[in-house]
Amino acid sequence: MADLAVSINGIEFKNPVLTASGTFGYGEEFDDFLDLGHIGGMVLKGTTLHARDGNPYPRMAETAAGMLNAVGLQNKGIDYFITTIYPRIKHYDTHIILNVSGSTIEEYVGVVEKLNDLEKIAAIELNISCPNVKKGGMAFGTSASSAEKVTQEVRKAYRKTLIVKLSPNVTDITEIAKAVEGAGADSVSLINTLLGMAIDAEKQTPILSTVTGGLSGPCVKPIALRMVWQTYKAVKIPIIGLGGIMNAKDAIEFFLAGATAIQIGTANFINPAVAVKVVDGINDYLERHRINSISDIIGMLKV
Amino acid sequence: MKEVSDFSVQKIEHYQDNDFMLYVNPINKKLNQGKPGQFVNILVEGSPTTMLRRPISICDVNAETNTLLLYIKQVGDGTRQLAQLKKGDNINIVYPLGNGFTTDNVKNPLLVGGGTGIAPMIYLSKELNKKGIKPHVLLGARTSQALSLKNMFSSIAHLHITTDDGSEGTKGVVINHLIFKEITTFDYIYTCGPNAMMQAVASIAQKNNIPCEVSLENTMACGIGVCLCCVTSTTTGNRCVCTEGPVFLSTELTNFLIN
Repeated sequence: MADLAVSINGIEFKNPVLTASGTFGYGEEFDDFLDLGHIGGMVLKGTTLHARDGNPYPRMAETAAGMLNAVGLQNKGIDYFITTIYPRIKHYDTHIILNVSGSTIEEYVGVVEKLNDLEKIAAIELNISCPNVKKGGMAFGTSASSAEKVTQEVRKAYRKTLIVKLSPNVTDITEIAKAVEGAGADSVSLINTLLGMAIDAEKQTPILSTVTGGLSGPCVKPIALRMVWQTYKAVKIPIIGLGGIMNAKDAIEFFLAGATAIQIGTANFINPAVAVKVVDGINDYLERHRINSISDIIGMLKV
Repeated sequence: MKEVSDFSVQKIEHYQDNDFMLYVNPINKKLNQGKPGQFVNILVEGSPTTMLRRPISICDVNAETNTLLLYIKQVGDGTRQLAQLKKGDNINIVYPLGNGFTTDNVKNPLLVGGGTGIAPMIYLSKELNKKGIKPHVLLGARTSQALSLKNMFSSIAHLHITTDDGSEGTKGVVINHLIFKEITTFDYIYTCGPNAMMQAVASIAQKNNIPCEVSLENTMACGIGVCLCCVTSTTTGNRCVCTEGPVFLSTELTNFLIN
């Protein structure tokens, strides 16, 4: 058995496989399919200060090797999470990270202030990259100055590990990564979904109710790898890589490009037990290559 | 409990309307029989365009032979790939999913199925048979050729038919059938099929104060209530069709009934 443990800002993950926000619910939906104790951690659904009903149906369009979604952060709000969901899931033997979203800086701060004392929440993932909401969301993540500002304010209000999730819908992701690093982020996760759209040619209408949505799945992996690689060379904080990871081989590519950990997103929809398979596959790869520890391949791409 | 299981294809029957029946058995496992109105999510392999699983309603189960029957119509590349399956091929299925129909305290129900929505009415009829009820089933189709499953109802239900072109049964859509003249003799209505059909049926049910369960078919990604893509608007907000449905009481749905 290879050493799969990784550390991000002092959080020790038993392995580098996390599940991505919005694709794994609150973990409990996967109880029938896998043992959550076998994955490094899970990033829970984007949570806002107040409940949100999300966007109207249709919210999903399947595309070649991918899918577009336009869910729009449907969730019951942070108070419901704390009183109702958290007590149900805090027993899981895996790290729990909450994805936090907002329309204004005050909303982000309002949510994270309530999370400081939730013992089992190891970290937050600040979502400044959701493409499916009218206000806030991606707007914070597409300019270095606004990304810096929201990170700074959240940093002041939140004592534990702060991961900032970056948008790929930018000209130069390293500018944003450097800005949030400077503002006190402990880690960055990338990439969120790419802004796209789908059209029904027969009806001559958009497929999504919101016209545009976020693209995910295997089709985005080359872009995600490129951005992880660029960011790895630009910042010192650890990177959590995601974007189209379907199996262990994909995950290994992200480690080589510089990711300390990875998240599995859309693949959870296709195989709800995939996360554990990826953990096993990473171990097999390391053993086959006679590498003792996952840490030994992070950023080790031979260029 | 839901599971991800490999199944082997026992048989595939092709019909005349680009539709087919897949008979599959779980490999080295006992079939989870689920309940009528639940669905399965099938992995499609070898498709250049179809990545997500295809949700297919449970048409019937055969406990004796450990077989699940899935009625599928070819509409896109995913279902076209499934139509290529041969006896002995394996497929991967997540199941059973969704809530299913409720059959408690029902005495004289009417089942209305249209198009592929006819499929779950078979398992539902058999479930009602177990309770000593031989239900009235009304099937609607474009033409007689699209009534591939008609014969499966012969011993389990009182069958009524409408076709758009009049090639079989009453000419017109389901609500043109005379059975709706006697609608008040029924105490419960189940319907599955195109939205326009279900809306028309549910509207009549509502006017006559008869509870009506509708089975929705929203496009979905995960099937297990985590992607939140398949939501429908209800009196209690947006709810997932895959976990809180696909079966809803028509009165729970907003913007559904025709006035």
